[in-house]
Amino acid sequence: MPAETVSVTGWGRTAPTNALVIRPRTYDEAAAAVRGCGARGGIPRGLGRAYGDAAQNAGGAVLDMTGLDRIHAIDADQGVVSCDAGVSLHRLMEVLLPLGWFVPVTPGTRQVTVGGAIGADIHGKNHHVSGSFSRHVLSLELLTADGEVRTVGSGTPLFDATTGGMGLTGVILTATLRLLPVETSLMTVDTERARDLDDLMARLSAGDDRYRYSVAWIDLLARGAATGRAVLTRGDHAPREALRRGTRAWREPLAFRPGRLPAPPALFPEGLLSRRTVGWFNEFWYRSAPRARTGELQRLSAFFHPLDGMPHWNRIYGRGGFVQYQFVVGHGREETLRRIVRRVCAHRCPSFLAVLKRFGEADPGWLSFPVPGWTLALDVPAGLPGLAALLDALDEDVAAAGGRVYLAKDSRLRPELLAAMYPRAAEFRALRQEADPRGVFVSDLARRLGL
Amino acid sequence: MKDAFGLPQSLLVLGGTSEIALATARRLVARRTRTVWLAGRPSPALEEAAAGLRALGAEVRTTAFDALDPESHEAVLGKVFAEGDLDMVLLAFGVLGDQARDEREPLKAVRVAQTNYTGAVSAALFSAAALQSQGHGSLVVLSSVAGERARRANFIYGSSKAGLDTFTQGLGDALHGTGVHVMVVRPGFVRTRMTAGLDEAPLATTPEAVATAIELGLRRRSETVWVPGALRVVMSALRHAPRALFRRLPL
Repeated sequence: MPAETVSVTGWGRTAPTNALVIRPRTYDEAAAAVRGCGARGGIPRGLGRAYGDAAQNAGGAVLDMTGLDRIHAIDADQGVVSCDAGVSLHRLMEVLLPLGWFVPVTPGTRQVTVGGAIGADIHGKNHHVSGSFSRHVLSLELLTADGEVRTVGSGTPLFDATTGGMGLTGVILTATLRLLPVETSLMTVDTERARDLDDLMARLSAGDDRYRYSVAWIDLLARGAATGRAVLTRGDHAPREALRRGTRAWREPLAFRPGRLPAPPALFPEGLLSRRTVGWFNEFWYRSAPRARTGELQRLSAFFHPLDGMPHWNRIYGRGGFVQYQFVVGHGREETLRRIVRRVCAHRCPSFLAVLKRFGEADPGWLSFPVPGWTLALDVPAGLPGLAALLDALDEDVAAAGGRVYLAKDSRLRPELLAAMYPRAAEFRALRQEADPRGVFVSDLARRLGL
Repeated sequence: MKDAFGLPQSLLVLGGTSEIALATARRLVARRTRTVWLAGRPSPALEEAAAGLRALGAEVRTTAFDALDPESHEAVLGKVFAEGDLDMVLLAFGVLGDQARDEREPLKAVRVAQTNYTGAVSAALFSAAALQSQGHGSLVVLSSVAGERARRANFIYGSSKAGLDTFTQGLGDALHGTGVHVMVVRPGFVRTRMTAGLDEAPLATTPEAVATAIELGLRRRSETVWVPGALRVVMSALRHAPRALFRRLPL
């Protein structure tokens, strides 16, 4: 099977390490790769959208699972699909939408694999209604450290360790998912502006129940009375009758044709995303959003995955890369959220992708990120002076409030805080110790945080 | 593992009593570094340095290391690397010598060359091989602006650093694409024990300033770091000065 030693990073393009990247094309090849892992072990990798070092393994093996990308069976009546772990959500949408089904949970990009979605137990704009990805996984097949394949059903300890387990319990080979029925590939979207953070939280708390999907883009460069001003977009899949008769959309209600722009050049000039340029962008974004608009029809890709329109958008941060920071604090911890927003604003982080969302009920994954409460995600260029110290201080605040940061996005957490943020980390370690005594599955993230 | 900002969790200092190295270690321990190895000739100063870092909360171990005994380097470094990954190796040993005396006693001059160059070549190569097999890590080598152009006043030391500097650049190119990052640090005059009693040169700096520059270099994955940064321009001008002029300069 193809294998070469290359430098590997996450989507944030920080902390590169070298690994032997192996691309198995059959389950047997995957099993052979796991059995053949040397002293430095191996880790599965999908489309590399985790921002930090979750799918890196310095000096060891990285199993590129995108070669295993077959969809095995679709039950178009019941809405169940079973497919390889290397299938992307993009591919699933291409195949399922014409049949009137949609993936149960989608993050801000379609370019993630099913295996990665389970390993990171991803969430989407519908978390307050639908929970995280693992809630819709009926079962999966896991290639464990001994090279054997186990069928793992929902509700078992191995399942709960694997969902959110960052690939450290084994290599997911296939998964069976429950799908969401849709009538069209369009979304009806309500947009409104919130003038500051309190207004935003009030609007999110009051109205979220009425929508399947809800998210707020928040301007972290606005200051003073406008601190935390935001644009809320909420909506649901458009029913057939929402489409105007005789239009192209009405004739082909389930068409899926996402557009793409050219990618930015590989060597994008550094420092283009300064406080000033991002400030201008944010100002424009906020001003151009309608104060209130209801029932707008949007393409699915524009609503869920605006950034997928530009391949390799991570290059705009230049060679130095960027850090994404995402945390959650529980309901009743609004003061912590306010304090963190104020601190980030005071630091003038040039962040144009800050997103605030209310999470619903948690799922049982031991290292699964979402808990009921508020989650804020922001992107910052890694070279911003004082960023390391700022984020360390925010971590302390988050941990003190009983919150946590998202491991799929982490590239810099202080390991001492992991146990406070993930109380079941010790159990997770114990399970790995028992199932994988040789330590076959290991990643840079696991080494860095002592997982 | 290093984090997104290039900050190491574990550090090996070769030349464990170097003031620049200890200032760097203190700075890194204040960030993410939890494991520190100090390698040097066994001495009370080495243990004192270890105690100082322990007081900051790091787990510090010392190991006997002699730059002048390259035959022992493989065993010493092998033992340290066997204990676990090292995110950063700081090659900080070096001696200044005494130019006037060393010119009269060539064997003393040879010791300067052996410590600063030969010893560093062997230690750097063994470290580089170990870092390469773990697939990540930074090798940071303390060179000096004195190596940029030989001066009448300290050409023995300067030539040893010139050799070390050139060697490190080549090593950095050889390791490009292996996951190992090699960084040459070229400080100017640093106020330390080694330079105590000498006349201070312009743009003199402190161990703490060098430590700051190293931290920044790690984040940027720099290949060359000048401390202070202005020396890059100054040395570039001096490097191009004609010999007849350079000889007459009061350097």
